[in-house]
Amino acid sequence: MDEGPHSPTPQPRSSGQTRVRPLSPHLSIYRWPITMAASITHRATGIALSAGTLLLAWWLIAAATGPEAYAVFAAVARGLPGQIVLFGFLWSLAFHLLSGIRHLAWDVGYGFKVPAAKMTAALVYVGSLILAVSAFAVGLMVRGGLGT
Amino acid sequence: MSGGRLRTPLAKIEGLGSAKAGTLHFWHQRMTAVALVPLSVWFVASALAYVGAEQGAVAAYFAEPVNGVLMFLFVVASTYHMSLGLQTIVEDYVHQEGRKIAALMLNRFAAWAIGAASLFALIRMVFAGR
Repeated sequence: MDEGPHSPTPQPRSSGQTRVRPLSPHLSIYRWPITMAASITHRATGIALSAGTLLLAWWLIAAATGPEAYAVFAAVARGLPGQIVLFGFLWSLAFHLLSGIRHLAWDVGYGFKVPAAKMTAALVYVGSLILAVSAFAVGLMVRGGLGT
Repeated sequence: MSGGRLRTPLAKIEGLGSAKAGTLHFWHQRMTAVALVPLSVWFVASALAYVGAEQGAVAAYFAEPVNGVLMFLFVVASTYHMSLGLQTIVEDYVHQEGRKIAALMLNRFAAWAIGAASLFALIRMVFAGR
């Protein structure tokens, strides 16, 4: 942390003196704009999805191993904690997907104006919730889906 | 043309080496991101339909050629995309050189291990019915 670009390192001046220059206010001072929240949520959902790849590996290994191994996985997946994790996985994926598309649009030059950036950030939050809730509901309805 | 006032900051970074791989990281992150847009839609549909199914049904689903290939691509793209993203996080927050190298190495090892284990299981399902 102490090597970051905002650390108060005394800057040499042409006259040979040094002084501590003023710094921009740090994270804890700002009221969070929605764009900043979206940026951090993108990173957080990325970390959550990384943990999710372990669950994906477990699912595939259990299915490849046999009925007994799969029964252990299925029992955990059907339980309440498993369902909560599955919803969290769905929402993280939905958010990271929509937010990722927002990043790709920026990469080709669209959506940089402040009102547009605020609007798309809100869209990503609302859209990801709608996607996750409807995907979870569909999963509960289909035969052999998330529910028992 | 005397002296120090015309010196650029170039001297400060000379001898430190290049910035390593240029835009390769950025480009690979974007390529896998674009690939993962359709692949993750397919993956969520498959997971919703088959997570709660019988083991035999799941294995049979992934043994289908189209599903096997799509799952193979999803595992490769997502574990690679994951390792690129986690690498950025490590580089942002871990500044002590030794710890950083260890974390970057661990990140790649974990991605390869998860990817290899997933693909091994997938290939096993594909050939189980033969």
